[in-house]
Amino acid sequence: MDLTALLLSRIQFAFTITFHIIFPSFTIGLAAWLTVLETLWIATGRPAYRVIFDFWLKIFGVAFGLGVVSGVVMAFQFGTNWSVLSKVAGPIQGPLLMYETFTAFMLEASFFGVLIFGRSRVPPWFYLFSTAMVALGTTFSAFWIMVNNSWMQVPSGYVMENGSFVPNDWTKIIFNSVVWSRFPHMLLASYLTGAFCVAATGAWYVLRKEYHAESRIMLRMGLGLAAVLMPIQLFFGHLNGIYVNTYQPSKMAAIEGRWNDEKPAGEVLFARPDVENRRNRFAIRLPPPFGSLIDSDSLTAGETGLNSIPLENWPPVVVPFFAFRIMVGCGLLMLGLAWLGSYLSYRHRLAYNRPLLWLTFLSFPLPFVAIITGWFTAEVGRQPWVVYGVLRTANAVTPFLTAREATISLAIFCSVYAFIFLFGTFYIYRLIRIGPARKPFEVPHLVVPNRPMSLADEEPMPVPSHVIAGE
Amino acid sequence: MVMFWVSLLAISILLYVLLDGVDLGVGLLFGLSNGEARRGAMLSAVAPIWDGNETWLVVTAVILWGAFPLVYATLLSAFYLPLIVMLAGLILRGVAFEFRYKTQRLRWIWDLSFAGGSLIATFIQGVTVGALVEGLQFTNGEYSGGAVGWLTPFTVLCGIGLCLGYALLGACWLVRKCEGEVRDIARRQIPVLAVGVLAFLVVVFAYALAENLPILHRWIDRPYLFVFPAIGAIAATVLALSVLNHNDYLPFHMVALIFMSAFGTLALSFWPYMIPFVITVDQAAAPQSSLVFMFWGCGVIVFPLMLIYTLVSYSVFRGKVWASGGYGH
Repeated sequence: MDLTALLLSRIQFAFTITFHIIFPSFTIGLAAWLTVLETLWIATGRPAYRVIFDFWLKIFGVAFGLGVVSGVVMAFQFGTNWSVLSKVAGPIQGPLLMYETFTAFMLEASFFGVLIFGRSRVPPWFYLFSTAMVALGTTFSAFWIMVNNSWMQVPSGYVMENGSFVPNDWTKIIFNSVVWSRFPHMLLASYLTGAFCVAATGAWYVLRKEYHAESRIMLRMGLGLAAVLMPIQLFFGHLNGIYVNTYQPSKMAAIEGRWNDEKPAGEVLFARPDVENRRNRFAIRLPPPFGSLIDSDSLTAGETGLNSIPLENWPPVVVPFFAFRIMVGCGLLMLGLAWLGSYLSYRHRLAYNRPLLWLTFLSFPLPFVAIITGWFTAEVGRQPWVVYGVLRTANAVTPFLTAREATISLAIFCSVYAFIFLFGTFYIYRLIRIGPARKPFEVPHLVVPNRPMSLADEEPMPVPSHVIAGE
Repeated sequence: MVMFWVSLLAISILLYVLLDGVDLGVGLLFGLSNGEARRGAMLSAVAPIWDGNETWLVVTAVILWGAFPLVYATLLSAFYLPLIVMLAGLILRGVAFEFRYKTQRLRWIWDLSFAGGSLIATFIQGVTVGALVEGLQFTNGEYSGGAVGWLTPFTVLCGIGLCLGYALLGACWLVRKCEGEVRDIARRQIPVLAVGVLAFLVVVFAYALAENLPILHRWIDRPYLFVFPAIGAIAATVLALSVLNHNDYLPFHMVALIFMSAFGTLALSFWPYMIPFVITVDQAAAPQSSLVFMFWGCGVIVFPLMLIYTLVSYSVFRGKVWASGGYGH
């Protein structure tokens, strides 16, 4: 087994999954927001809600399409690069991912089609129902992914037979407590992503003095939603910390930059971990018992330090340590922005406060950065295990994979992804720059549920219609 | 339970080959065509269906992983480079559909990636089947053929063969879906491609004889397998007649039948092996608890719904696409 092929496989997985998560986290939030908009449109009949709905549906289409394309790769990568993992954990991970794929297909196949075709063909309540079903479908998709990943973090409900994980209790796998703190955390993160993208777009239009009614609705709703959700998100983040501390002490020690066992423990706010000398440089600390309070909800609990964990079970310390702080930093910035913005909006002063509008406009990367660094914390912090405590990452990689093959594949993925990402974001940017259309939304020709991105076509396909055979 | 998942897997693979074979084949012919009018018509003949077709590849992958993890792990890792190149090809082809009409100036980029992506993906699928027929190198149940163990003259031949085959399927689809110039050119392409496929089959058979491939012994053991080539031969005859009679609908069905008989031949000569002649179906199957867990949700409910959905979406887009006035002149 070649160490370099292992490292390259890890980089490749990190690269492709990081690229992928950008789109689902955006579309899950957006689908929920579309449901809210459609409800408001039906309840109030205010045209602006309808205009905003149609506008964001187009953006949803492009982002959804890019998510599907980059998701196909994930279905193969477990087998190509992690053949040992997919073989021995396949009996558990395979069915979970099958449920994910099938759920996603159901969503794409049925209700998304209604969303695109149907406004004129179905009654309003059914259109709303379909929107809600699309939101529910994306949520289910995320749920299965979180069940799968949570099982890798805290494996349960299985027995080992001939070196393979054999499931013997699916309820334990699906309904364990770890899933139920991690899944809401991810879901809320997606909602916040949607909220900040909407608020930032609204702020941009206010600054450009365009789309008066629509921009104010986007700004107010985006920030208002974030103001409510952000504290809940912090609470679930805290619950996640408790699970990490209970089940994965090595990850917690790395996140906290804690080298020695402490009872009660202090809390490192910021530092530069010096792994070689096993200490922190430039540390800013809170005294005990703040560490115990944050990690264990206790004034007296003892917390594990890295020194009492065998070196071969250490995760890389620096990545989880900094990634976690970047995530929390983004979260606090979003909280401040959402609360201040909502307060000013309540006092009807937000639209005249240009600095805050600029800040809101520029805030849209924050939720993405928070999600990506959060996942870095979770996944790098789980190392050196791929199935925590049971299967090491180094033993899970395809044994005969060479560094050369892995280099070639990584280069292919980087160039193809860079290429399509460039065009994809450019097309989304262009849609947002053009803004919502005032005239009633017409479905372009040949748009089908399987081609979500065609909603945003500038020029319809040159062949306009189908005739039924025999006509 | 194992047989249930074997059948679902077989249906998924066959559907993938037949359905995505159509749009990959059209992609290949697209590379040979010129003129925006023709290209536009060819694209619209497959635009509404390509993504749904490709879904069956993902369905195949997750059924393999969930129900036959050993085969999933072994095959995907053995075909490391070709699979990743194929995925890149499929991605490029897929986004080409979407991005082509969002630009005028850069349209050539997407045309290139549409044709190129189709070519790469098709060629690699052919190579993969060829490598399975020829037999991959295994030591103690683990692949040991190296990075390019799948690359031999025989597999390259199979890659070219599948390009011809998909192109034939694509041409028949165009005859069925289009009118005017596009249909006429496609109809002229059918005999050329069909003769190409026939020549390919003869060469493959000769090669198998010369190299004494293990799969040949299955044929001697199981003479009933010759039913499939017989069906194929009848279908080929009907194909030739229908092209001569300028029938628009029969050729596609006949080529589909030829593909099905080829699939049946391969599947039954492999049986009970999934990777010939190393891993059998029973060795590869996931534990009962996994198969049962998937059975109720995915197997009994969602999979039939997916089949129905495929049927419905094809019937929505049945009939000819036609070029309207105001375009192409």
